Amino acid sequence: MAAIQLSCPISDEEIKTLKAGDRVLLSGTIYTARDVAHKRMSEALQNGEKLPVQIAGQIIYYVGPTPAKPGQVIGSAGPTTSGRMDKYTPALLELGLKGMIGKGYRSEEVVESIKKNKAVYFGAIGGSGALIARTIKSSEVIAYEDLGPEAIYKLEVKEFPAVVIIDSEGNDWYEIGKQQYQS
Amino acid sequence: MKIIKYEEIVKHVSKMCQEANFDLGQDVVNAFQSALKKEKSETGKDILEQLIANADIATSERVPMCQDTGVSVFIIELGQDCHITDGKLYDAINEGVKKGYEEGYLRHSIVDHPITREKSKGYNTPSIIHVELVEGDELVIHMSAKGGGSENMSTLKMLKPSDGVEGVKNFILDTVRVAGPNACPPLVVGVGVGGNFERSAYLAKKSLFRPIGHRNERTEISELEMELMEKINQLGIGPQGMGGSTTALDVKIEIEPCHIAALPVAVNLNCHASRHKEIRL
Repeated sequence: MAAIQLSCPISDEEIKTLKAGDRVLLSGTIYTARDVAHKRMSEALQNGEKLPVQIAGQIIYYVGPTPAKPGQVIGSAGPTTSGRMDKYTPALLELGLKGMIGKGYRSEEVVESIKKNKAVYFGAIGGSGALIARTIKSSEVIAYEDLGPEAIYKLEVKEFPAVVIIDSEGNDWYEIGKQQYQS
Repeated sequence: MKIIKYEEIVKHVSKMCQEANFDLGQDVVNAFQSALKKEKSETGKDILEQLIANADIATSERVPMCQDTGVSVFIIELGQDCHITDGKLYDAINEGVKKGYEEGYLRHSIVDHPITREKSKGYNTPSIIHVELVEGDELVIHMSAKGGGSENMSTLKMLKPSDGVEGVKNFILDTVRVAGPNACPPLVVGVGVGGNFERSAYLAKKSLFRPIGHRNERTEISELEMELMEKINQLGIGPQGMGGSTTALDVKIEIEPCHIAALPVAVNLNCHASRHKEIRL
């Protein structure tokens, strides 16, 4: 089956049509954040402060790229393990975060929150950082600049390859995919 | 007696750190290609093709294949008739890593303090350095850029001798099953059996330095490696955990004598970016 072309941010209607296992190519705007950026956002929310990014309707990519070489938009930029962000994720989904890109399992709380808030979790290919970097056309730091590669960046991507792992109904492709090939 | 200068070690280590991150070993590329022929899942095939393309881009553009350029782990065979001048061996290794990572635009991924998470001031150092004193006058440096995702899913357990080989197999299979997508399959599974608590972990790590396809010299262990490879590939996890018949590219087992009351087993998982380089001085 051919990959589905999606433009980011993704509309609520389109999110509902995505099914676990769908291969997609993402084009448009996404934001990066990993461990420390998530921790800071979580602390900001607890203190009743505003987030440095309007998260509603957006997609977060869990990545900490290598430094860009002169002339490069970004260094190698594959996904990091999403589970480390689980603790902070439901609060962001409640604020309207619509999509996440990463790799690996999510907690039950995150899956429940994805269902409740009609969001989607994409898996990118871990360890294909050089290939993914080619799909990133621009990169601009938006917040927490002191964190260097772990700051929040706004990325423009073109045909970034991913797979729907958890769809808006909570179906989990890691489970479904595995069952198909067990022997 | 052979004399090796500090600066020579720095120069070679710096180069091998970059090469490990830019040039995926031919053994791994060959394993991708042979897995591609056998993989049953369409998504799995697509992933393997992307990994091959990714390795090509990294080599031709001199960029790291993965953004997690890893912790630099060294196993050094130091001949007892080899003498290092102008500085300490450990300092030379760390200086080489710092130089190689900084100049190669590789990621600095080390925190100095595991609790406060304060970032290390030496770019991607300190490294993990194991030195084995051996016969002769050579210095052999084995280097690995070890990713964090697969390291985080690695395990160690002190089994009972009565658990036997079945207990060992089940523990290895459980480790791979629990790791699932998190360890970035297809994996190279390194196993250490015997020794004691810390030796089993070291043996598991050391086994990962063997090229893919190289079997343990002991027949019964080599057979166990192949049996586990088959069983792991029946788990269905597949490339990136998205389902398929390629969950492991290889299984490596090393054994050592141990206490009459013990059966230590350590499983060190390596993601598909199995980055190892070697240099002989």
